[in-house]
Amino acid sequence: MSDIESPRKVTLIDRLLGRIPPGGPELTEFLVSKTDEGIQEMAPRSRTSARELNLESGSVLRLPEGVELNRADIDVETPEDESMILNLGPSHPSTHGVLRVMVEIDGETVLRSKPVVGYLHTGMEKTAEELMYHQGSTNVTRMDYLAPFFNELAFCLSVEKLLDIEIPARATWIRMLMCEFNRISSHFLWLATNSADLGAINMLVYGWREREMVLAFFEKVTGLRMNHNFFRPGGVAADLPDGWHDDALALCQAIPRRMDEYDDLLTGQPILQNRLQGVGPLDAETAIGLGVTGPLLRSTGVAWDLRRDQPYLAYDDVDFDVIVGTSGDCWDRYAIRFNEIRESVRIIEQVIDLMPAGDFRTQDKKITPPPRNRIDESMEALIHHFKLYTEGFRVPTGEAYVPIESPRGESGCYIVSDGTSRPYRMHMRAASFANLQAMAPLARGALLADTIAIVSTIDPVLGDVDR
Amino acid sequence: MSAAAAAAAAEPAEPVEPGDTPSAPDPPAVSGAETLHGCPVGDSLGAAVVHCNRDQYLDLCSALKADGYALPVGVTGVDYLTHPGRDLPEGIDAERFEVVVELLSLTDRARLRVRCQVPGDDPRVPTLFGLWPGTEAHERETYDMFGIEFQGHPDPSRILMPEEWEGHPLRKDYDTGHIPVQFKEAPS
Repeated sequence: MSDIESPRKVTLIDRLLGRIPPGGPELTEFLVSKTDEGIQEMAPRSRTSARELNLESGSVLRLPEGVELNRADIDVETPEDESMILNLGPSHPSTHGVLRVMVEIDGETVLRSKPVVGYLHTGMEKTAEELMYHQGSTNVTRMDYLAPFFNELAFCLSVEKLLDIEIPARATWIRMLMCEFNRISSHFLWLATNSADLGAINMLVYGWREREMVLAFFEKVTGLRMNHNFFRPGGVAADLPDGWHDDALALCQAIPRRMDEYDDLLTGQPILQNRLQGVGPLDAETAIGLGVTGPLLRSTGVAWDLRRDQPYLAYDDVDFDVIVGTSGDCWDRYAIRFNEIRESVRIIEQVIDLMPAGDFRTQDKKITPPPRNRIDESMEALIHHFKLYTEGFRVPTGEAYVPIESPRGESGCYIVSDGTSRPYRMHMRAASFANLQAMAPLARGALLADTIAIVSTIDPVLGDVDR
Repeated sequence: MSAAAAAAAAEPAEPVEPGDTPSAPDPPAVSGAETLHGCPVGDSLGAAVVHCNRDQYLDLCSALKADGYALPVGVTGVDYLTHPGRDLPEGIDAERFEVVVELLSLTDRARLRVRCQVPGDDPRVPTLFGLWPGTEAHERETYDMFGIEFQGHPDPSRILMPEEWEGHPLRKDYDTGHIPVQFKEAPS
């Protein structure tokens, strides 16, 4: 074949497979080029442009608009030969996945930092263009893998907006039930990993244990612990199983009791307080300018929660408090997530009481396939089922974006439809991706150990960042 | 009450309550008006959308920021190569690419989408980094996926794909399934 013929450029494939084409570079050359710092990474200060340096040292917001940047003003005092550039991650327990943070440190103090992402990029937005709408939630559920229901919800709400259909009340309330439980499981995992990052190793086990309790409920309802593919355009995949009521109530009784124990275990602990209080403070103006949302924004004192401020589903009909911080430090972010678990339990208790009876998916035949037992008795139902699953349903031309409040902030799916049964373009606005931009301003001047606490309280999920 | 509960549940001294300030200026009339800062306004399934050309883009966005759209929700792109016949208001010529900016005003609880037309043979737009630093990562992603260059961006490098990657994956003329798989003893 042609590619065995001779000298050609080393491609990415070659590098991935570790092979050297005939006439290619020597092995040593190969290794040198592999370990070289690339353009995505942080370069030495002398080679970094002033604007980028400004960005990495977290001072982008401190200069008034239109002021010419003076390198001397923004440069950190330490001479370059006294600092060093260090890689944190991508494979490190404190980075919660494959986040790589490049930091320039002087002793223990962080002068600049830059998150390098993309290690988990699998082209899900491109994949979405190949999948029909009824297959789409299988794809998006894998993005933010700690909050799969929120991905599915964002996708389904946008598709339903394009289709202009109303979904039955029971489907809406089932979605709320699952989402709030998902918020709890996501925050529990955050509580576990955050505590472990700060040295409270016992909490790691407890957090995972409580999360498992919630995942067992998910498994009973959807059949899967994660990546449920349970919300579909038009409703949900199945009705709640027998006994869901008792299971959900049992969780609602168990979780607040456990939360009180963790309050005793963690909140009053001086080590945890010292590690979190006053670390990584964020002010409201910076947060808004950086497009930060969710607990990170609320910690700065901005009472913004889409469930309350731009309600979707039936959040209008339930009572809950928006937890707000004051100083925007790691401690506030800890306290907000901690108390959001309690608020979610409060919402779930109301959802259990108010759960309406009725259909769990729309009866619009264009969207919903016939029930399984009808296929055995009716030829029309069989054909209908076959057509829906081979051709999908057509969605009118247009574009839609419906934002929702995920555990990490605003999540939303921008879908452009060209009138066929596949999205023309699907973009997920990932909360973690935007929130990660707060990393550099927060880490500036902090100790390296505090950087771990800062990354942890930003709570990025790399599946969501990289998609 | 525990310390954590006290820290969080206590209302801040001066909480920023979006929408509750009666003295806040009226939101710019988006729904009724035909244009906003000289650009046509459309309605897309209940959402306000401003359409603009590349030349108007930066001025429009500056004006919108002054109107109170303080939070940049996101910047993304769309390649309309194989779906050219879309509805656009008069005065806006359809181009191959669109840069889509989603904005949020916390004080008015209002959202606005800006759709900017970008020609396929010269995909360049000015960066919004000077207005909202939070567009930095989104613009890098859009450059990475569509090859739209954001002029003046402080760090115009790829963000998700490896830096030596060729092509921009979300373009419609970028095929999927390009990585060759070789099997032993099979002609490929």
